Amino acid sequence: MLTIFFDGIAYGMLLFILAVGLSVTMGLMNFINLAHGAFAMVGGYITVLLMQRLGLPFLLCLPAAFAGAALIGAVLERTLYRPLYHRPHLDQVLFSIGIVFMATAAVDYFIGSTQQIIQLPEWLKGRTELGSGNWILGMGHYRLFIIAVCVALTVGLQYVLSRTRFGSRLRAAVDDQRVAAGLGINVNRVFLSTFAVGSGLAGLGGALGAEVLGLDPNFPLKFMVYFLIVVAVGGTSSISGPLLAALLLGIADVAGKYYIPKLGAFIVYTLMIVILVWRPQGLFVRQGASK
Amino acid sequence: MNVQTKGQLSLLGASRLKAWEWVLWPLLLLAPLIFPSQALIINEIAIVALFAISLDMILGYTGIVSLGHAAFFGLGGYAAGLLAKHVSADPLTGLLAAAAVSAAAGAVMSLTILRGNDLTRLMVTLGFALILYELANKLDGLTGGADGLQGVTMGPLLGRFEFDLFGRTAALYSLSVLLLAFVVLRRVVHSPYGATLMAIRDNRLRAQSIGIPVASRLASVYTLAAGVAGLAGALLTQTTGFASLDLFDIHRSADVMLMLVIGGTGWLYGGIFGAAVFKVMQDVLSNITPQYWTFWLGLFLVVLVLVGRERLVNPRLWLRGHNTGGQP
Repeated sequence: MLTIFFDGIAYGMLLFILAVGLSVTMGLMNFINLAHGAFAMVGGYITVLLMQRLGLPFLLCLPAAFAGAALIGAVLERTLYRPLYHRPHLDQVLFSIGIVFMATAAVDYFIGSTQQIIQLPEWLKGRTELGSGNWILGMGHYRLFIIAVCVALTVGLQYVLSRTRFGSRLRAAVDDQRVAAGLGINVNRVFLSTFAVGSGLAGLGGALGAEVLGLDPNFPLKFMVYFLIVVAVGGTSSISGPLLAALLLGIADVAGKYYIPKLGAFIVYTLMIVILVWRPQGLFVRQGASK
Repeated sequence: MNVQTKGQLSLLGASRLKAWEWVLWPLLLLAPLIFPSQALIINEIAIVALFAISLDMILGYTGIVSLGHAAFFGLGGYAAGLLAKHVSADPLTGLLAAAAVSAAAGAVMSLTILRGNDLTRLMVTLGFALILYELANKLDGLTGGADGLQGVTMGPLLGRFEFDLFGRTAALYSLSVLLLAFVVLRRVVHSPYGATLMAIRDNRLRAQSIGIPVASRLASVYTLAAGVAGLAGALLTQTTGFASLDLFDIHRSADVMLMLVIGGTGWLYGGIFGAAVFKVMQDVLSNITPQYWTFWLGLFLVVLVLVGRERLVNPRLWLRGHNTGGQP
């Protein structure tokens, strides 16, 4: 049971890293971006290709996945996304679905539709067990590694958001971009960098998650729902909301699939609908913080 | 009592059938007879057109962004299939029952779309479609699971017209249902009821403050749209003799939204026009590149949104400066 809990936490942390960029950009620009998973897929494929074709070590590939996805994110933000910020949500939905379709078909064309496998280094392969009997806790080393990386990233993000000048600018822009712009904050630049970092984090998440979640051209569509659940349930005004939502989702999903495999993802979707009907602005939103 | 207000007159004027509509519909109904070899695709177009105008009721007229409208399509499809298999093979009974099932589901789900913002609604509708997909997948004893519901055989239509291999009966059947539904919906959107829907779409707060019961309007139109989507799904199952998980697929929800946007929202003919354009485009593209046609579909979507639909279909706007309509 503890093992399932542990796996759920690892899964949830991974989802958080994948979705946190989406939550910040959605809160900042009120842009419904369904294509966030495409950046994660890019990161995953960068890792796979670098490891298979060039034989680079896994740890070196992770920063490369981040940088690649961030670069693509920045370019797309500047060229395609920016004109759409003030358009109706329907346009944004259609546009980002279009991007997903293109990314899926392009990856299928260039790399093929088979599931990609990542060869983990030896020291990440093992498994440590603690306790015994009913309370046995089996920790895969790779999942420990994921949790460690994600905790470090979360702490880093929290620090940047709450302590640095950039963080206060970003929070100001999320709260009210017009006033923030009036105070001399270059909202466009704040947004460009946030979008790039968010896409980069998605890329990193995709690279880390390729082993756990699987990686094939349908990745953006398959996990789009999960990212959106994290954002919709967690709210967009902080990073602790999405973090809690991601952990909840991760644990519920792993436990649901383990105990009641017949129902599969059913539990997660039902939970989401119930939560959203109960608290339409998300579970962890301060009263009055939402528009 | 006989004095009609200006508002009533303008509603009546808009709801009157135009001359070109009297020409268009007989032509559409005759299409399967004129092009017998194309009857199968005409049937498909009629079905997705019906699906698209049902989405138009909630998206175009009421402004509810839904990414899970396929839920009701699939529900209608499976309901019709199961009914034909286990209870009665009469197409019309199946059609009405399927519409009733979908409408009932729509009435229940309408409770979930009353609150929240666009994102919440998007998620809830999408979630419902995914739940149904999972259910249809896992209840394989009833639905056949991933293999689909096979062996659906329909009795003759009205006890007289058999469904044939070339789809002529099917196409005529679908077109007739489309026409009937269209006439009813056309009447609905041009009624005072329809006018309140558009008021809700344009400004919900203002609509509420002039006394429009927003919640009950949203619930009733959602139920209606779900029922019509169920009709479309039932038609597809009945005319193809097959229901599969594909009915609930997210692709289907996205495709129907795209059709509507191609044809134009808030205009019932938009759904029909868009469905025809989309199906023909899909046919041509998937003939050229069977595996990668979604790439071109995606590209089309991106261009459509970036350039703007009006500029894409109206050549007179091509040479003008950038249209900033919609931006503050």
